[in-house]
Amino acid sequence: MIEWLSMALLLVGAFFFFAGTVGLLRFPDVYSRLHALAKADNLGLGCVLFGLALQAESLAAALKLLLIWPLVMAASASIGFAIARRAHRLGIAPWRKGGQ
Amino acid sequence: MTTLMLAVALFLLANLVLALIVAARGPTPADRMLMALLIGTTGTGILVLLAQTMHLPALVDVALVLALLAAIGGIAFARRAWQVVEGKHD
Repeated sequence: MIEWLSMALLLVGAFFFFAGTVGLLRFPDVYSRLHALAKADNLGLGCVLFGLALQAESLAAALKLLLIWPLVMAASASIGFAIARRAHRLGIAPWRKGGQ
Repeated sequence: MTTLMLAVALFLLANLVLALIVAARGPTPADRMLMALLIGTTGTGILVLLAQTMHLPALVDVALVLALLAAIGGIAFARRAWQVVEGKHD
């Protein structure tokens, strides 16, 4: 049971990493690409870490794995804010449908 | 199970190769920086997977350091390095 759950979580995590990469490739401007990157950071890495923590040998090892996740979430939230604010200050206009 | 974990790690590595295209063509420096941040996150995932499959718990520490360095790099880029817009943004 735990094996299957862990397997499913790993696959879901891989999917979100892929979605983040495709979003980074396809989205038109910095702001929407930040959004795509946050998916890979939060959900992709989170699912992979949960899947691995389920089959860790000890509780301490599992908790250590799960400790990475809040760190990455806090980092990606603050990086997203900082880069978006900087882009706004530098005058990069958000993308609009049908051109400017 | 080990096979699946190694397959997922290989898949993440292939994702990184794909993301290098973004770095090559990104119109603003921020797009290239986002790719570096993605490499940080995906590298963390790959290292954690390898720590489990190869029974090397030290790799989890390496993953933690990589996540931390990506965060510091991103903040330093946004606050200090990104001053002017190079090239037009379309």
